[in-house]
Amino acid sequence: MKTFGKRKLSPYAKDSAISYGLVTAAFVIVSILNSMGLVSSSLQGQLVPICCYIVMAVSLNLVVGISGELSLGHAGFMSVGAFTGIVISGILETSGLPDVGRLIAAILCGAIMAGVFGFLIGIPVLKLRGDYLAIVTLAFGEIIKNFMNIIYAGKDSTGFHLRTNPDLGLEPTGRMLLNGPMGATQVQRIASFTAGFILVLVTLFIVQNLMNSKQGRAIMACRDNRIAAESIGLNVTKYKLMAFTVSAALAGMGGALFGLNYSTLLPIKFNFNTSVLILVFVVLGGLGNIWGSIIAATILTILPEALRQFADYRMLAYAIVLILVMIATYNPFLRSRVMMLRDKIIPKKDKPDEGRKPRTRRKKSGKEVG
Amino acid sequence: MGTVLTVRDINVYYGAIHAIKGISFDVNKGEIVTLIGANGAGKSTTLHTISGLLRSKTGDIEFLESSIARTPAHKIVAKGISHVPEGRRIFQRMTVEENLQMGAFVSKPERIAHNLEYVYEQFPRLKERTKQIAGTLSGGEQQMLAMGRALMCDPRLLMLDEPSMGLAPILVDQIFEIIQNLHKAGTTILLVEQNAQMALSVADRAYVIETGRITLSGTGEELAKSDEVRKAYLGG
Ligand SMILES: Nc1ncnc2c1ncn2[C@@H]1O[C@H](COP(=O)(O)OP(=O)(O)O)[C@@H](O)[C@H]1O
Ligand SMILES: [Mg+2]
Repeated sequence: MKTFGKRKLSPYAKDSAISYGLVTAAFVIVSILNSMGLVSSSLQGQLVPICCYIVMAVSLNLVVGISGELSLGHAGFMSVGAFTGIVISGILETSGLPDVGRLIAAILCGAIMAGVFGFLIGIPVLKLRGDYLAIVTLAFGEIIKNFMNIIYAGKDSTGFHLRTNPDLGLEPTGRMLLNGPMGATQVQRIASFTAGFILVLVTLFIVQNLMNSKQGRAIMACRDNRIAAESIGLNVTKYKLMAFTVSAALAGMGGALFGLNYSTLLPIKFNFNTSVLILVFVVLGGLGNIWGSIIAATILTILPEALRQFADYRMLAYAIVLILVMIATYNPFLRSRVMMLRDKIIPKKDKPDEGRKPRTRRKKSGKEVG
Repeated sequence: MGTVLTVRDINVYYGAIHAIKGISFDVNKGEIVTLIGANGAGKSTTLHTISGLLRSKTGDIEFLESSIARTPAHKIVAKGISHVPEGRRIFQRMTVEENLQMGAFVSKPERIAHNLEYVYEQFPRLKERTKQIAGTLSGGEQQMLAMGRALMCDPRLLMLDEPSMGLAPILVDQIFEIIQNLHKAGTTILLVEQNAQMALSVADRAYVIETGRITLSGTGEELAKSDEVRKAYLGG
């Protein structure tokens, strides 16, 4: 972005600074409230998942909003990240590495593994367009889920074992890390709210820098008009693949943190419902709108817990809230009010991304969160 | 006068549809060459094949003495062929200036300022609207923007696909005036048009395409006078 649109650099830099500031402020406030004992225990349990879902939503927004391709298999990459992270953390358990070091290693490996999956899946998938692409990403999401169902991993004094059947031939002192459809058990919960906060910052940093780079411009150009993008010499497949791979890697990070937040984790957790749930965050928050994704992910992760008192009517209430938010968000009158308000707070600049028409309207997410 | 582009015996298919049936022609440096023909004749397909978005099963395409028949589309732009596709393909959500900057994506960054100035000189209408969102431009302005964007990468050959399509007569005149200005400035242009009259009036040489074949060729003047062309394309 050295020569591209120089005049834009400073407002964007300011924008990024504002978002890091706001996220940090939110983290500090919640941490203080928490230390004063003002955060309910159910909300405490939600803090790490909220961070994970923010990472998931922002990363999916990169594909759906910025790159303009509907992906229905994002939970698949979360799954790859989660189980990779669990395995890495498990292997390093006896290495004497401190928890922080293990967590970083797990998150990095989760990101790399999910990025590799994203790249390999992206090559065939991004040859397709529109609805076909959406359906194939859905299929790949399911394939990853089923793949995780047949992976068995364990370690013993002879080393690390990975098979597609339960018979790992572990020594009696060995430990099972992944157990096929039973997933991971006895996971050491090394995830923390602080780690989640840092992960959100890292995600924001990567996505915002990408969006404001020359490559990011190219990604948006391919979304806006594929033929025009080809005519100016952009390799459309390359830029779509770049967005898809980065998105998958970020999802892998989020997944790794998520996986290390629970003592047990089943592969089925990362099914189609979870993919749709993340998509709901993105669509509700606004396509291409990073802040929208953050807010939607936060509120919609807390909401099901907050609605627990309604017991049987919980999912109904959740769906109704979704519908109401959708109506309010896409109401032209309300939107213009919000815009005016925003322009007053943040000085106007040309946003390339105001065409937030929902590409899918899914009112129900089906599953509870966390 | 050197040859910039040589198209030799290309055959292009859309699945089973044989759209281009052995077309050959060339474009010399500094010329305006036009391909005219009815809707569906194969004009756009020819341009797409040159710019690498479609592939010919036979023959060859040479640009500045090297074959580009197997070169990927994005590299062909970098080699100097700029294609303005049919139907005003602009980046709707970006501003006019951002659209133009995108046009220089494959070229050296230090050329951008110079080329921007040149484009604004050729298209004063765009200069008045640098910060306007491109999607809100009128049809004629969008066509100008698409053409201006194509000039941002220092093209050695500019290919225009029906720049007059769907424009009011006065705008058509303006667009053709700009084409002539670019010609005077030395740009080599391959122009595809259904508006045969206008195209022939500016072209050095012309080819008539009918259902995937070249049926006539000659100078713009010759073809404008020929009976066949008058009957088929100039209304008698
Ligand atoms: N994507 C496509 N798939 C199948 N056939 C096509 C496609 N594009 C063009 N054609 C066919 O190829 C022929 C030439 O089309 P085209 O090059 O667009 O004509 P022109 O630009 O001269 O109007 C037409 O018969 C058209 O129907
Ligand atoms: Mg055409």
